[in-house]
Amino acid sequence: MSIDMAQFHQVFFEESFEGLDAMESGLLNLDLGDFNVEDINTIFRAAHSIKGGSGTFGFTAVSDFTHVMETLLDEMRDGRRKITQPAVDVLLGSVDCLRDMLQSIQNGSEVDQADVAEHKLALDNELNNAVPNSPSVGKQTAKASTVLPADDVKQIAGWVIAFSPHLHLLKTGNEPVRMFRELASLGHLTTTVDLQGVPNLYDLDPEECHLSWKLEVSGDIPETEIDEIFDWVEDDCDLAKQPIYQTPSESTPFHGSPEIAISHAVSRVTKDVSSELASSEESEANAADRKNGKKEDAKAAPKGSSSIRVDTSKIDTLINMVGELVITQSMLSLLGEHFELNKLDQLKNGLSQLERHTRELQESVMNIRMLPISFVFSRFPRLAHDISSKLGKKIELKLVGENTEVDKTVVELLSDPLVHLVRNSLDHGIEMPDVRLAAGKPETGTVTLEAYHRGGNIVIEVADDGKGLDKDKLRAKAIEKGLIDADAILSDKQTYELIFMPGFSTAEKLTDISGRGVGMDVVRRNIQALGGNIEILSELGKGSTISIHLPLTLAILDGQSIAVGDETYILPLGSIIESLHVKEDRLNRVAGKGETFLLRGQYLPIIRMHQIFNVLSAKTTKLTEGLIVVVEGQGLRCGLFVDDLLGQQQVVIKSLEANYRRIEGVSGATILGDGSVALILDIPGLVRLANQ
Amino acid sequence: MSEIIELSSTDQQDAKRLDTSLQFLSFTLGQEEYGVDILRVQEIRSWEPVSRIPNVPSYEKGVVNLRGAIVPIIDLRERFQLGHSDYSPLTVVVVLQARMADKTRIIGVVVDSVSDVVDVNKKSIQSAPNFGAKVSTEFINGLVSVSGRMVMLLDVDKLLKLDGLDGEDES
Amino acid sequence: MATILAVDDSASMRQMVAFTLKGAGYNVVEAVDGADALNKAKAQAFDCVVTDVNMPNKDGIELIRDLRALPNYKFTPMLMLTTEAGTDKKQQGKDAGATGWIVKPFNPDQLLKTIKKVMG
Repeated sequence: MSIDMAQFHQVFFEESFEGLDAMESGLLNLDLGDFNVEDINTIFRAAHSIKGGSGTFGFTAVSDFTHVMETLLDEMRDGRRKITQPAVDVLLGSVDCLRDMLQSIQNGSEVDQADVAEHKLALDNELNNAVPNSPSVGKQTAKASTVLPADDVKQIAGWVIAFSPHLHLLKTGNEPVRMFRELASLGHLTTTVDLQGVPNLYDLDPEECHLSWKLEVSGDIPETEIDEIFDWVEDDCDLAKQPIYQTPSESTPFHGSPEIAISHAVSRVTKDVSSELASSEESEANAADRKNGKKEDAKAAPKGSSSIRVDTSKIDTLINMVGELVITQSMLSLLGEHFELNKLDQLKNGLSQLERHTRELQESVMNIRMLPISFVFSRFPRLAHDISSKLGKKIELKLVGENTEVDKTVVELLSDPLVHLVRNSLDHGIEMPDVRLAAGKPETGTVTLEAYHRGGNIVIEVADDGKGLDKDKLRAKAIEKGLIDADAILSDKQTYELIFMPGFSTAEKLTDISGRGVGMDVVRRNIQALGGNIEILSELGKGSTISIHLPLTLAILDGQSIAVGDETYILPLGSIIESLHVKEDRLNRVAGKGETFLLRGQYLPIIRMHQIFNVLSAKTTKLTEGLIVVVEGQGLRCGLFVDDLLGQQQVVIKSLEANYRRIEGVSGATILGDGSVALILDIPGLVRLANQ
Repeated sequence: MSEIIELSSTDQQDAKRLDTSLQFLSFTLGQEEYGVDILRVQEIRSWEPVSRIPNVPSYEKGVVNLRGAIVPIIDLRERFQLGHSDYSPLTVVVVLQARMADKTRIIGVVVDSVSDVVDVNKKSIQSAPNFGAKVSTEFINGLVSVSGRMVMLLDVDKLLKLDGLDGEDES
Repeated sequence: MATILAVDDSASMRQMVAFTLKGAGYNVVEAVDGADALNKAKAQAFDCVVTDVNMPNKDGIELIRDLRALPNYKFTPMLMLTTEAGTDKKQQGKDAGATGWIVKPFNPDQLLKTIKKVMG
């Protein structure tokens, strides 16, 4: 039977990455002074699983590497080895290395052998350091030496085996008959049973085995094959076996074997230690950053199909719901078979039940895609640990609301922007300890990462109690860079938002932790691409808070249906500010600039939907007769002129591009209750269309 | 000529088929008869109202919901500038599968009526003559004569590509 | 048709075991850890149990010990999946009532061979 093991690889990689994350957070949280065996056990178990899986799936390099980690952890777990900070650091480095290795294998790219060798050497050194007689190497050598040289078993003509099971043998699940059948598969078998041990019927316990056997099996059978059959019952029986030789009394099997050395240490590390010692902190930091960059590249381009791990309870809920739906459906179809008007109430009840079940089902299905935000948050303790030790800062990272759930796609896309923001806080936000003390603040700075739900959104806040943003500096810099006019009047909020402008960077000098590569403008663009927005609040000397608002899911939208002629369109409910009938005296036609209307002292442009979408069936083209829906998107406010508002409903977003193409002013499509397709409007796109 | 045919029949089912013969679904547009590779035909439906898409050429009639997928409907008569005809429930939509890069896209084309499934010997396929401005020969893989009628064989992938339905050329 | 309970906290290993056994015509029920397995074993009778050793929420050895104590599982073959280095584990497993073990890493053929050995 041949099974394509590759089909399990994806699952293996995913669980291994999860395992590595667990190891990482376990190691970071390990309090060396006061830890619990279960803490180490969790870390050990993750390493153990990766080793087992990688061995089974043929990734020997990974299993060899993990083996050393496992051995180290095993000794720590048993208390044979003291857990030291250097050891933890070596393990943390190994976790990174292993993650890179697995990523390379997953992507089919080259494993960085030098990096692996370096970490393995560090592990081996650690292993050999504290416990001088490392048992692991010895054990392996011993195990490898049980192979019998083939030459010496040739003359065997068969075996005579005396097999006397202990009374409890059956209770181990082993069954002599099955073992005999195995023996018979090796050669001709004759069995002689000895009934002497069987007590009389009154004393007989049928669950015990009172029989013993003399077994003779003929054939040129290696001892190992005989041993294998009795391997499991070694301690549950008296066993004696004697080979029968073709040419009697010749040599007895020779058990010596060539020594097989298993080399653990990979010493191909070509690293000039002295030069490393001499290297400045900066270049070391650069190297670290280069590595981080590489890691993120790999993250950004995941390969293969993605899968999702779902809590069984969610599946159970789903199954229950489908069950209820089926019941309702059969009730309704029964009703439909012999429908009379006096059953109208029943029908109405049934339909409302159906609606409820369908809605619940939809919610549960969406719920399957929801992951806790901890999937993203969990990488930050490490980031904080690394950055604070590199910069010599004292930083406490607080994670709040890690179990807040959000759609898997959002989780994945959120990761990079958040890393950027947290790095900014750690690097630029929090001051050095002496500066903090001088400012009368606690020496240890706090960065808080918090997630919570508000309405249909998830809100994620990155807050620090660091130095905050200096409005005057921001302003001066924006003027210097030519981003604003020197006499521009900006509100506080607008001033802070300058940091999101392309080409703006607040750091006085670039460091390798942040302020390089992507800027805040890219972060904002990424967040907006997800349908969210980002805001900043800051107070000089007190700290900054950046909050991100994102829709919980990218697959479902709270929509407002609008009518333009006989066509129906969907507006994202979140983009609607209000809708109103506009009076003639509020309208204004700016020469060459189109129509505007006055709303609370502000002139807003009017976009005529019938015009930009060429709807010929529009009920009216008079602005005073239709409805103006005030909408906002990417900071732009305008009034959409439509015929009417229809209902509000949740809609499932479908791609237009899957079979068709992108259409300006439209972000996607959805299927309405009657089965027809309605387009979902994209406000910035509409504004662009109107300006054309 | 036969080379072009082979280019359009790369999937495995094609390979299994006798390599001398191809099957086409033939349909009419006005007085003309066209054929598409039967393996590209997903289903044949009757016309149903579409949701109009704003600011696109008039032969792109709109989109429909095909079992949960949003599928564009193209009027081939208008596409080939053969004039417009009114739709009735008897109007036929042929749902085709086209390949763009490594993806399969689904598109519906409106035709007057579906005629037949015809077996065509590869050797009997002639290269398309120049039609002048009337129909772009770029969509046409070749011509074949079926019981005295001339059938123009359409290249589904090219039909979509030229329409810019591959989603890559944004406005 | 014999039904086998496959217990492993690692999804890839569990899937591999389940897939292999199903391919050979066995019914397979999967459990994600010892506690899950014990619940499932109480709810349904299994002809054989294949379990990983190192698992959260009741490891394989405890699972075997608990199962053996149940009247229905007195004689049921129970195999543990263990690593080569786990000699102590083998002994602990035997003491708990394990029938035998399969040494990791193993391939599907080895697994089936061992299963056939106990399933007859």
